[in-house]
Amino acid sequence: MKITESEVRYVADLAHLKLTEEEIRRFTGELGEVLAYMDKLNELDTEGVEPMAQVLFEAEETATLRDDVERESLGAEAALANAPLAGAGYFKVPRVIER
Amino acid sequence: MASRADALAPPEVMARYEAVIGLEVHVQLATRTKIFCGCPTSFGAPPNTNVCPVCLGLPGALPVMNRRAVEMAVQAALALNCRVNPVSRMARKNYFYPDLPKGYQISQYELPLAEHGWVEYELEGAARRVGIRRVHLEDDAGKSLHEGFRDSERYTYVDLNRCGTPLIEIVTEPDIRSSEEAYQFLTELKQIMQYLEVSSCDMEKGHLRCDANISVRLRGASEFGTKTEVKNLNSFRFLRMALDYEIARQVAVLEDGGRIEQETRLYDVASGTTVGMRTKEHAHDYRYFPEPDLLPLRVSDAWRERLRAAMPELPAAKRARFRSEFGLRDYDVEVLTASRELAEYFERAAAASGDPVEASKWVQGELLGALKAAGKDLAVSPVAPEQLGELVAMVRQGHLSGKMAKEVFAKMFATGEPARVIVEREGLRQISDAGELERVVDEVLAANPKQLEQYRAGKATVLGFFVGQVMKATRGQANPQAVQELLRRKLASPAS
Repeated sequence: MKITESEVRYVADLAHLKLTEEEIRRFTGELGEVLAYMDKLNELDTEGVEPMAQVLFEAEETATLRDDVERESLGAEAALANAPLAGAGYFKVPRVIER
Repeated sequence: MASRADALAPPEVMARYEAVIGLEVHVQLATRTKIFCGCPTSFGAPPNTNVCPVCLGLPGALPVMNRRAVEMAVQAALALNCRVNPVSRMARKNYFYPDLPKGYQISQYELPLAEHGWVEYELEGAARRVGIRRVHLEDDAGKSLHEGFRDSERYTYVDLNRCGTPLIEIVTEPDIRSSEEAYQFLTELKQIMQYLEVSSCDMEKGHLRCDANISVRLRGASEFGTKTEVKNLNSFRFLRMALDYEIARQVAVLEDGGRIEQETRLYDVASGTTVGMRTKEHAHDYRYFPEPDLLPLRVSDAWRERLRAAMPELPAAKRARFRSEFGLRDYDVEVLTASRELAEYFERAAAASGDPVEASKWVQGELLGALKAAGKDLAVSPVAPEQLGELVAMVRQGHLSGKMAKEVFAKMFATGEPARVIVEREGLRQISDAGELERVVDEVLAANPKQLEQYRAGKATVLGFFVGQVMKATRGQANPQAVQELLRRKLASPAS
């Protein structure tokens, strides 16, 4: 096995996901297969190949920069429209202290 | 508050230990708009008004990097003597918190914008150096308000206006050895950022935020001790107090035979202590990965050099030049270079005056005094630097006495008129002309034969009386030194 059930529980917890025992068993298997496939890819000799984070073009300077110019914002009403709870112009969430 | 730290470990115990401190400083860049969208970064707007799909993290919204933010970050990195990487990469730092709507911060991880720099600052007259490990770009989170609402017991209020504001994070090497060094370093860093105008560094507004990694070890030890991270050092005063407290706390734990827990602690302003934060074990597993929505950040040599060429003279260079070029004392240099604006004001005044040392006195004394009394900023000073320089020159050339000049300055400050205009209108010109003064002196001597006799009889103090009479006759406009000299000469010669 490439991944254990406890690792799946840990990752799920980091992602704030609540999984049933059945799901944990299923994902342990499925994630294991994905990771096994990564091993297969790792068989490729990538010596001297630069790691790539983007498949878009190469240029000396990033061409996709924007000028520091204001654009209209949404405004509070629209911003809060989908909030489950709002008040006094703020989003409201259950009290949090820890970070 | 020093007593807080003293109570933990007595000075003779503290003396056996050495602190090892590294700082992480967040500086808010002074762009007009956010780092990945066109929302304004203005402070104090009504909550959740400066927001859009990008900074709200709405599904499908895509970030585009603000060119100005990159430029400011590159200039900051160059000013900190860093090597700017030609290619750097944005990365997602994943964590959950209500003021982070995307569920991740867009930061930099493996490939930061710049690395391997240093800052030099002065400590008790000697140059000290702090290594800069890295400078990277990232976006800020929103603001959580935990208090101040009627249902704050149950709810946290979230304002996302600040969300997406551009920041640079500056990470130092663990080169700092005391709270005083940390204070001086941060002061220098702040001054550099302000000179560059990449940030106003207003700590009250959160433009400059500082966390510290602290450990202690016995003096002479080469291994580092276990470190704690102290957060919430959001004023220069708190920085010093929090570091002193944490250093003493760690020494006290070790002296008791205890062990330092590696943890995050929060500086509590009310108690003047640091308090361990209850954090989940894996709260720091951020699962960084390259940001797929942004291209790698490429800074060409040409672009970098253009940005370097556009940088102003930095504080350290300016201080050195003020010393060598103008012959100013360290203290005066310190005051005059505190801000780029003041340094520039002084230089213009000095050039117009032809006497930098005198100009320095006037800027620090009369000008700063009057501005402070009036509650005004230098930017809106009613007296332009050239006008102040002209006034100083008039004193130097003997057209005005120091006392008259102060009166003229007060009028300049009140009206904004140049000295020349005030002096002419009010007939305030100082009389230094020998012929003119001689005429008045002769009149005064002739009008006071009794006193003249007393002086001749050996009563030297009568000289003061004659000076006073001449000043009176000229309505204070006579040059007192010239008058004294003239009187001495006249009285020394035999009566005519």
